[in-house]
Amino acid sequence: MKVTLKIWRQPDAASKGAMHTYELDGVSSDMSFLEMLDVLNEDLIAKGEDPVAFDSDCREGICGMCGLMINGQAHGPEVTTTCQLHMRSFKDGDEIVIEPWRSDAFPVIKDLVVDRSAFDRIIQAGGYISVNTGSAPEAHSVPVPRDDAIRAFNVATCIGCGACVAACPNGSASLFMGAKITHLGELPQGQPERDTRVVGMVAQHDAEGFGGCTNIGECTAACPKEIPLDVISRLNWDLHAALRHGR
Amino acid sequence: MRDARASRSTITLKLLMAASGLLFILFVLLHMYGNLKAFSGHDAYNEYAEHLRTLGEPMLPFEGFLWIQRTTLVVALVVHVYAAATLWRRARGARTQRYVMKKNLASSFSSRWMRWGGLTILLFLIWHLVQFSFGKVNVAGGETNDPYNLLVDTFETWWMTLIYLAAMFALGMHLHHGTWSAAQTLGLTNNVRARRNAKSLGWILAVVIAGGFSLVPICVLAGVITK
Repeated sequence: MKVTLKIWRQPDAASKGAMHTYELDGVSSDMSFLEMLDVLNEDLIAKGEDPVAFDSDCREGICGMCGLMINGQAHGPEVTTTCQLHMRSFKDGDEIVIEPWRSDAFPVIKDLVVDRSAFDRIIQAGGYISVNTGSAPEAHSVPVPRDDAIRAFNVATCIGCGACVAACPNGSASLFMGAKITHLGELPQGQPERDTRVVGMVAQHDAEGFGGCTNIGECTAACPKEIPLDVISRLNWDLHAALRHGR
Repeated sequence: MRDARASRSTITLKLLMAASGLLFILFVLLHMYGNLKAFSGHDAYNEYAEHLRTLGEPMLPFEGFLWIQRTTLVVALVVHVYAAATLWRRARGARTQRYVMKKNLASSFSSRWMRWGGLTILLFLIWHLVQFSFGKVNVAGGETNDPYNLLVDTFETWWMTLIYLAAMFALGMHLHHGTWSAAQTLGLTNNVRARRNAKSLGWILAVVIAGGFSLVPICVLAGVITK
């Protein structure tokens, strides 16, 4: 199949970028989206042009590196990561618009690559539990109710890809924070730092320049791991608790 | 982050919006109920208006209850608008380079229209207060000191009814998303069922309040309510 690609090209963070159009022939519907971009880049290299820079790592949907805005949807038309998207989701002759995540907290490094280290700093501000390293404690010494364990596990599937921020009209990272707050807050090990966690993470989120949440739900629709909107309710609930406790 | 405080977060601003919004919901419910007195005729409507002024007497002075209500609502309005404006500015700053192509997948029209809809309601509110509260404007040129007659004169003018119906559409939309959003911000929708209930409540309040308010102007224009 043949596709027309409109891709954001930007040489570096300081330069201004623009959309460029490329025609790509001989695309197989069995190719993954990233393999299709690899084919484009081989073409570009053969012609002596600069290949399109994009992020990827595991290419099996678990690392969160490969986020792209494809035809106005984060990670494209399927509920999965960009690397798990295949060309069978497109038709011969399709025009495909590819842009990087747009968020001032995720500055573009080059072409489609953005710097998502703002997420790392949010995690550093409280998205962890403090435990002694060394030998693992006896697992049965801290019982966890089954439903809590399931919910914690379900939201722990968040891979921090940033699709929630990319899809949010306010550029908010509330779904990401909510997933971490719920994941750790559902478990006994997460309780001692529950107040400082939410206050620290939200303060860092705001300092990074992410927007506020307006509960419209674009984030959860874009999330490749289908993190539900109620984690944001949990995030808000924990912040009230911290307020009440004078944090 | 050092010296991080919960009270300085964007979520606290949202909390203030939710709390002030809930006050507005209580107020519009009461206001809508009062308006329906127009169906009981001239005397019942005017008596209700007078009773609002003497409510709580002799514990409260004349119009005491009304002034408590007005003060609370003005404070709530300032908080609501301040928080909305601050968050709006933040949201604009969070994405200065816009997408060439961006699709909306899950968001309702009402949710995307909250800010402009809110501004519409604010402009309408100013006009509404000028007309019926401290200004008293009778577009038909009649008397202004009789609440019931002022009401009927106003809504017998078709374009006034149109303005009010448009404003009630904006209010209904604002309530549809605002109710659910307030519940979510207050942390009350921590599971699927609670989320569904909050969204249903948004629909119910939007239809009951905007519909209830719209009944009076429509019935005046249709000649059901007359002088």
